[in-house]
Order: sequence, then structure tokens, then C-alpha cells
Amino acid sequence: MARSYSEILRDVRASVRQLTPAQTQEILAASPETALVDVRETTEWDQGYIVGAIHVPRGNLESLIEAAVPDRNRPIVLYCAAGARSALAARTLAEMGYANVASMSGGFQQWKTHGLAWRLPPRLTAEQKIRYSRHLLIPEVGAEGQAKLLESKVLLIGAGGLGSPAALYLAAAGVGTLGIIDFDTVDLSNLQRQVIHTTDRIGQKKVDSARQTIRALNPDVTVVGHEEMLDAGNVDRIIAGYDAILDGTDTFETRYILNDAAVAAKIPVVHASVFRFEGQLTVFKPYDGPCYRCLYPSPPPPELAPGCSVAGVLGVVPGIMGLLQTNEVIKLLLGIGDSLAGRLLLFDALDGSFQELRLRRDPACPVCSDAAVEARVAGRPLAVPGFGADVPFVLGASPNGPPPSAASPLAGAAGGRS
Amino acid sequence: MSLVRIPPVLRANAGGNKQVEVAGATVGEVLEALIAQYPGLRSQLLTSEGELNRFVNVYLNDQDVRYLQERATPVAAGDTMIILPAMAGGGGPEA
Repeated sequence: MARSYSEILRDVRASVRQLTPAQTQEILAASPETALVDVRETTEWDQGYIVGAIHVPRGNLESLIEAAVPDRNRPIVLYCAAGARSALAARTLAEMGYANVASMSGGFQQWKTHGLAWRLPPRLTAEQKIRYSRHLLIPEVGAEGQAKLLESKVLLIGAGGLGSPAALYLAAAGVGTLGIIDFDTVDLSNLQRQVIHTTDRIGQKKVDSARQTIRALNPDVTVVGHEEMLDAGNVDRIIAGYDAILDGTDTFETRYILNDAAVAAKIPVVHASVFRFEGQLTVFKPYDGPCYRCLYPSPPPPELAPGCSVAGVLGVVPGIMGLLQTNEVIKLLLGIGDSLAGRLLLFDALDGSFQELRLRRDPACPVCSDAAVEARVAGRPLAVPGFGADVPFVLGASPNGPPPSAASPLAGAAGGRS
Repeated sequence: MSLVRIPPVLRANAGGNKQVEVAGATVGEVLEALIAQYPGLRSQLLTSEGELNRFVNVYLNDQDVRYLQERATPVAAGDTMIILPAMAGGGGPEA
């Protein structure tokens, strides 16, 4: 028996739960777990969509909905342009076993007519859609996440062992602005691990070398070079406006200066350090976990904490740790996943093992405690421990490297070397 | 006996060992036993007053002992203690 479109639609509408745009909005506000699914074509989606909607065009509904909404008991509200396609789609989902499906009557047109909130999709160029296509395929990133990355600003302290792999992958990911603090030049001994530089750039400024590599990799990225030492006088100016900081410093002085300023400016710092075959990593997310001073209130004497130039490092270790830092930075920028704030991840290359330790905020921290914040707001910041040794240490007769130089590495310490 | 993990920077003073089995019923006793075995570690771990240096953290299993009972924290057989001083290296200054 032949049936017309209008007959089918009438029957479907009678069997599918219908919600007005106002009711839909109430449900979305009252139960945020509700999935709002836009079943229109991509060309329609591109003209604007309801904030928070998932886009699953009706033509691919059956094949894509299980990935977009795996839980068949999760409430779903479908919408299209005027309410017909979403009603048909609702019947399909009911046939697939989705238990709580509704269709928004009047569709996106009515939603807009009622003056409810909607937005235009982020504008990616045709080339960007191809370049970042593997990101766009991931629901947790998608066009919105990619647009966020393109608008993000990340500061790298150093274009060295940690900063090199980080800069490469942040650039590849399309993080729009990369600040690099480094006043050093490329040295032959860097190239065992500092993969952003090349043999023919020995003697060039690291910032220039990094910019050249990044530009060749991804012209979407703007590199802001800071060819200066990070110090207490310039730190606030340099870090202002960045969304996240990737710490690749090798000196304690820089690390404490950075920590104190980043806590005050509420900028998360993704920290890593490496030594021979081992590395450690955490995220210092201001007021949402410990800061570096909670972990180590005062620095060790230089003899106990030699840098890689004294102790050596297996080249892949900063590569691995630098990319784990990058992973944390990207998660922070996208607002997805669980950050390593409050957890210290230890990596042992020889064992091939990772281990996790719990870190806590120090309630008496002179930088990030409530009392410290109050004191800062009142213009009387708490005193913080200074730098330098107060206990005489020796590294010991290490067979693996020369003794540390007599000069304190803190003298002339600077960011951007690691 | 509990297992104490020695960080790379202290291994030269601990016979080159990455981990050492040490007896002791508390964190303090384990540290003392470790130092008795390797006296070179004393000044690196403890202040002249015998307190843990502030740039050294000690974790029992995965918890910082400062948030347990510090040196009085009981240690059970089979527990793992990790000594972790602040690390400098960011990946290689050429110095």
C-alpha cells in the first residue's frame, strides 16, 4: 500500500515525543546530561547551530549515533530545520533501542524566532579543515576545539630538550601563538636531543632557529621570541596573556620566579625535569593543586642538583617528557581529560616504567595559600625563601661526569637553556 | 624490610644502587638505617638538626610523609619508600 510523505510524517509525529524550543531549553538546563543532536546537513550547520549540540547528519544517523551517544538510556533531543527530519530520526533511534528520545518541534527556525541562544561554527579555512582533519574527527576536539587551539597562546620556557619536541607538536596541533623564551644559540652538543634545531643552524639564535622550523611546519602559528633572561623584573610582563606555560628551565632560580609569577597571574605551568634516564612531570594549576613551592619550598644547593650538562641525559628522555608536557598543555587548552595537577609522574627509561605520586597543596605555602593570596592583595606579599645553598653538598665521586663547576649555576641563571 | 628507591642524583653516595632494602618500623628508622649503611647520604637528606631537608621529599608508597606522620610514619614490610630531591635538569643546557 503506497503511503505519502505527509501520511508517514503524521504517523511518526503521533508516535514521537515532541518538545517546543522553550521546553527543550528547560530540559537542557535542568538535565545537562541530555544530548542535543542536530540532524541537519553540514551546509545548514555551517549557518549556525544551538550551543552544545552534537552534529550527526540524518544521512549518517544510524552509523554515527552509536559513537556520538553510546549510552542508549541517555536522554536525547533531536532537532532539524523545521521539525520533520528530527521526528523521522527520532523514530529511527527508537528502533535502534534508544529509550528516551524526543524531537524539537519547529526546529532551529523556531528556536531562533524565539530569540534563544545559537552560534556560528568556528571558521576554519578549507586548508585548515584538511590540515587538522584528524583532530576534527575526534568529538572531544572537533572544529570548536581546533578553533580554541588556534586562538591559544602557549609560552615555552626554553627551546631546548623539553621545549623542542613540545614546540614541534604544539605547532603541528595548530596552537596559534607560541612564545619562546631563549637567549641562547644553537650548539653542536644540543642536537642529540633538541630536535627543533639543525646542524646548519649551529651558532644561530635558538629563537630564530625554532621560528624557522615552526614556520616550515605550520604557517598558522605565530612565534613570539623573547630573547631575554627571565627574571623577577620582567616575568610579569613576559607571561601576561598566555594561556599556559611549558616549563623547560634547568635552573631553580628561574623556576621559582616563574612559579611565583604564574600563581599570581593564575596561569597553569606544566613542569618537567629530566636527569640521565629519568624524568618527572606534573601540572601546577594555580589554586587547583600544589605549586612548585608547595612541593619544594626552597631550592637545593647547586651541587645536589646538577643540570644535564654535568650529569648527562639520554636524548629520548626529554623527548618523552616534553611530549607528555605537550599533552597536558593541549588538555588544559581544550578543557578535556584529567590534568596531572596534584600528581607527580615519574618516568624511568631503563625500567620502561611510570610511577605516580600524590602531591598536595601546602596550607602554609608562602605563594599559593589563602593567607598568601590575601597578603598579596593587600600589597604585603609574604616573604619567600631565597636562592642558593645553605648546606654544603657534594655530588660525590660520580664516575659518569665531571664534578660540578665551582661557579654556582644560579649565577647568570636563565630560562631557556634546557 | 622495605624497599627504598634512591634517586639518580644520590646514587653515587649509595653504592650506585637504584634501590636498597632497609629495615625499620618507621620512616625515621628506615632513613637512619639507610644512612648507617651509606653515611655519605646524611648531609644530603638531613639538616644538621636531623630534620629532612626541605628540598627532599620522601614518599611512602605514593604519599608524601609530610602529610602522614613525617618521620614517625609506620612502615610495613613490603612498603616502598621513594626519596625525591628537587631536580634541576630541563633537558640539557650546553654550559
